[in-house]
Amino acid sequence: MKGAGGVSRWVFSACMAVLVCGAAAAVRGADAELETLGVKSRKQLIRAVVAAGHRDDPAALPVLEALRERRLRVDETGRLYAIPPEGGAALSLTRGAGEPAGERSLRKPRLNNLVRRSLQPVIALLELHSDDREVRYAAAQQLGKYPREDLLEPIGRAQQRETDPATREALDLILAQLQLKSDDASVRLAAVERIADSGDLSLQPLLEELVALGDDGSFAEPDARVRSAAKAALGSFALEQWLVDAAKHLFYGLSLGSVLLLAALGLAITFGLMGVINMAHGEMLMLGAYATYSVQLLFQSYAPESLDYYLVAAVPLAFGVTALVGMLLERSVIRFLYGRPLETLLATWGISLILIQTVRLSFGAQNVTVANPTWLSGGFEILDGVVFPTSRIVIIFFAAAVVAFVWLIIQRTRLGLEVRAVTQNRSMAASLGISTDRVDTLTFGLGSGIAGLGGVALSQLGNVGPELGQAYIVDSFMVVVLGGVGKLAGTIVGALGLGVVNKFLEPVSGAVLGKIGVLVFLILFIQRRPEGIFAQRGRAAEQNGQS
Amino acid sequence: MTTGSAAQSGSRSWLLAVGLFAIAAIAVPLLNLGLAEDSPLHLPDYLVLLLGKFACYAIVALAVGLIWGYAGVLSLGHGVFFALGGYAIGMYLMRSIGTEGVYKSELPDFMVFLDWKELPWYWYGFQHFGFALFMALAVPGLVAFVFGFLAFRSRIRGVYFAIITQAMTYAAMLMFFRNNTGFGGNNGLTDFKRLLGFTLRDPETRIGLYLASVTALLGCFLLCRYVVGSRLGRVLRAVRDAESRVMFSGYDVRSYKLFAWTLSAVLCGLAGALYVPQVGIINPSEMQPANSIEMAIWVAVGGRGTLAGPIVGALIVNGAKSWFTVALPDAWLYVLGLLFIGVTLFLPRGIMGSLLSKHEGTRT
Amino acid sequence: MTVPQNPSLDASDEVDTRQGMILYLEDLTVSFDGFKALDELCLYLREGELRCIIGPNGAGKTTMMDVISGKTRPDSGSAFFGIRHDLTQMSEHEIARVGIGRKFQKPTVFPGHTVFENLELALRGSRSLWHTLFAKLSGEQQDRIALGLDTVGLSDEAHLPAGQLSHGQKQWLEIGMLLAQDPKLLLVDEPVAGLSLSETERTAELLSSLAGTHTVVVVEHDMEFVRQIARTVTVLHEGRVLAEGPMEKIQADAKVISVYLGS
Repeated sequence: MKGAGGVSRWVFSACMAVLVCGAAAAVRGADAELETLGVKSRKQLIRAVVAAGHRDDPAALPVLEALRERRLRVDETGRLYAIPPEGGAALSLTRGAGEPAGERSLRKPRLNNLVRRSLQPVIALLELHSDDREVRYAAAQQLGKYPREDLLEPIGRAQQRETDPATREALDLILAQLQLKSDDASVRLAAVERIADSGDLSLQPLLEELVALGDDGSFAEPDARVRSAAKAALGSFALEQWLVDAAKHLFYGLSLGSVLLLAALGLAITFGLMGVINMAHGEMLMLGAYATYSVQLLFQSYAPESLDYYLVAAVPLAFGVTALVGMLLERSVIRFLYGRPLETLLATWGISLILIQTVRLSFGAQNVTVANPTWLSGGFEILDGVVFPTSRIVIIFFAAAVVAFVWLIIQRTRLGLEVRAVTQNRSMAASLGISTDRVDTLTFGLGSGIAGLGGVALSQLGNVGPELGQAYIVDSFMVVVLGGVGKLAGTIVGALGLGVVNKFLEPVSGAVLGKIGVLVFLILFIQRRPEGIFAQRGRAAEQNGQS
Repeated sequence: MTTGSAAQSGSRSWLLAVGLFAIAAIAVPLLNLGLAEDSPLHLPDYLVLLLGKFACYAIVALAVGLIWGYAGVLSLGHGVFFALGGYAIGMYLMRSIGTEGVYKSELPDFMVFLDWKELPWYWYGFQHFGFALFMALAVPGLVAFVFGFLAFRSRIRGVYFAIITQAMTYAAMLMFFRNNTGFGGNNGLTDFKRLLGFTLRDPETRIGLYLASVTALLGCFLLCRYVVGSRLGRVLRAVRDAESRVMFSGYDVRSYKLFAWTLSAVLCGLAGALYVPQVGIINPSEMQPANSIEMAIWVAVGGRGTLAGPIVGALIVNGAKSWFTVALPDAWLYVLGLLFIGVTLFLPRGIMGSLLSKHEGTRT
Repeated sequence: MTVPQNPSLDASDEVDTRQGMILYLEDLTVSFDGFKALDELCLYLREGELRCIIGPNGAGKTTMMDVISGKTRPDSGSAFFGIRHDLTQMSEHEIARVGIGRKFQKPTVFPGHTVFENLELALRGSRSLWHTLFAKLSGEQQDRIALGLDTVGLSDEAHLPAGQLSHGQKQWLEIGMLLAQDPKLLLVDEPVAGLSLSETERTAELLSSLAGTHTVVVVEHDMEFVRQIARTVTVLHEGRVLAEGPMEKIQADAKVISVYLGS
């Protein structure tokens, strides 16, 4: 092997270092080796870097780091100096370490990408000598990216002496990758098995190479046992890949479903319970998002130290503002249109235009930025390489909380009781002394307020602009219609189902086609099950024809 | 409602329509081409274009009014039919550019840009004007037929129908936004040069397109007038007012709705086909849900259940839009929004409906 | 452009009543959200019969009419018109075309059309799309409309929008439309609700005169009215036939008294 000379020299110098502790000769020997890094030719420089790797001498690490960071200097005699990271005069790295370069004329080694590429794994290898567990782990990860065959032995030694289990495992996996190239079939077989055990999906291509047929029709891997082990490993990898994908789609589907749910829940109340087609519903989402933005601005100006908690204040405020706007609309316009759904549809569309234009004139037509608080940024690594963003996780829980809130109001409060009574039999409720006008206003306010909460969530996921709501109105109606008008549980199932189906379709067909597919599916679904969704059977169904 | 008066004042409305058409068809070319540009009565080119566009909008309004005002089916997706008609003619106009495009290629520029090597199969035949015009009517008709067949079979009506038509136009818009769909994606089809050999920018071509549009408007008006005056029209209005009674009288409600719906879509396609050569561009934004809802407000303003109403509504709303977007652009959406609210609250029968009922009131 | 129709249906497809029976309802069950509106209901009608159906609210009277006219599909059981037409497989308009006419509880006419046009639309004849697009009224059809107007006493209101008629006039217009349709079987839901005494009497006369040439099923709450016209009465209770027979026998039936007349 190429590195044999280097290793023996290293062993030699290490022995010397132990025997003659601090002896000048040893120092000079090591210095001489280091000083090969001061050569002018880049070809030779690369060779020297590789040799340093083979020597696996941690003393070379400062030199290599300085080289990488362009801090290394060389004088005419080939001695090495480095400018400290914090700047200042170049200090000697070899004889009389720390001694300033003085008046000597220093040369800056020329770097190119080839040199840098050769530096990367060698530095990582030397970092494996670090006392810091974190550094060693990071170095192992770095080495694993492009394992270099010629570093097999030093990596093997590092693995032997490694005490941290995670790092040790990572190194072992690198060794296994390298051992796939071994001449010994049993070594290769063991390597395949170790890779299979690791379940590391990024190693799949290596196994695929083994079972692939070469151009001449022969297998790349001559040994049948190794091939069948690789095949078995690939099988389990495929299953694992599928599971990981499924988990990812499920999560992002649930996340999208939660957003849809937040957008549609308010509509399920105004449309489902009251029968009001509120085309301005999307604008309630938009107002909620702008309320969040305004709260953020206030915090930035008046309480920048607690900026992280602006969302906590935004939630009730967004609910309050949108509920108020909703009640105002109900009192001023919608009240006069009960029983005329198509007219309601057009009038509320007009309202939505006015709301959009008002926001555009007061906040500007451009998108505004609503920043995630620090506790919402970042994510959790659930599986290897699968990171679930915190904001999306929180929104799933937020949606659940909003659902619980709505359920409590509808099922456990006086208002909810009255809403249910008015929904089922308006005239009977009125004759029992329930003020149906007041119930209508409050119900509409509730639905709008819920949309405002949805707006808070949306502000954390994407752009906030005057037309934010327009993108959600079609989806929201679809969710309500899919889940069954007047059934909150149906809305939940509809929203989550739609979100998950959407995310599972996306990788197959692309985002836009997936979306179109979902819309077409919905239209067809409505064809198939119109009774189940639209008309309650029996006499109640009569009212549906009267629009 | 206006049924009795519509039947009785029938002969007069026919004469009135032809008279107005004659004025529009003679006066505009005369004032535009016949007078010198510095003459105070000269009609500038941009107004000719505007009037031509209005004629197309009026056809759309007529189509929406037919299905909404007479059959009681509110569509929030007629923008799709309009756009499909427009795309069909747009494809002809793209093909007739020939090799004069930016890339000097036989293929439309956007295909060259996307590095396509040959024409997709569904672009075949569109070099012929007749075929393109046929497709401008047939494709919207077919789409409407299939969609309507499914929807009416399942007895989807009222707001549910309105909502799924909105979903339809939304889905179609997403579809046409994709580059791979093959209709120019985001930018749509544009940079047209010639129509049937005439240069589109010539004032004479403009006038020709204007005349074609008002003639089509007259034709559509007369056609709709015949349909709503026939027994079929009475069945349609009966469906609007008491659908179950019509079913129990032995009429297959679905096929009546489907007929009106498909006819309406075909008229819309025609309007789109006339519109695109005049404005010189067709892109997916025509399929925005907002556009389709605006069509409904033209009809609501003018008056449902009449044929003149939608035309009047289209002219008034679009006239106001043209004025506001120049003079007070920020105020336009407020005006439109208030129009939506005001008409539904205070003028449920629209302008023509209110005029007619006043007329009837004085008579009896 | 017509939607595909039941293949078993064509113009010559007259109702087959050679067995003497015009309607066979067997084991009909309809449930709404677990509530059984009809519970294995069995009912047979002879051709030309006038049958009154009575029963307390929720007995299933209207649901039964809905099943016969195709508005509601039964969960199980069969409904035959004659021995040929399976009503459970036909749509509303197909059922109307083979000769079943229905009058609703709440009078439903076309409010925007004139009384004349209401009758024109109801008039027996081709219902095909193309026919109606080009149809002109023949002299014979105009005569039949005039006759119909006369029968229901609305000749003077012929050119008034039906929406402007009084409640009683609407009831009569609807009956007139039903007659213009010339059905074999008439389903009449509470024809005298809200009518004056004299109007009720005229309705009773009209319905009685129809029997024989038509088969008539009347659902009614007004017991006096039922007594006036009834030959056979069927009592429904909880979705089943509780009793059936002549009025006197029904009035004496202990079960009926306990669930219905007694209360």
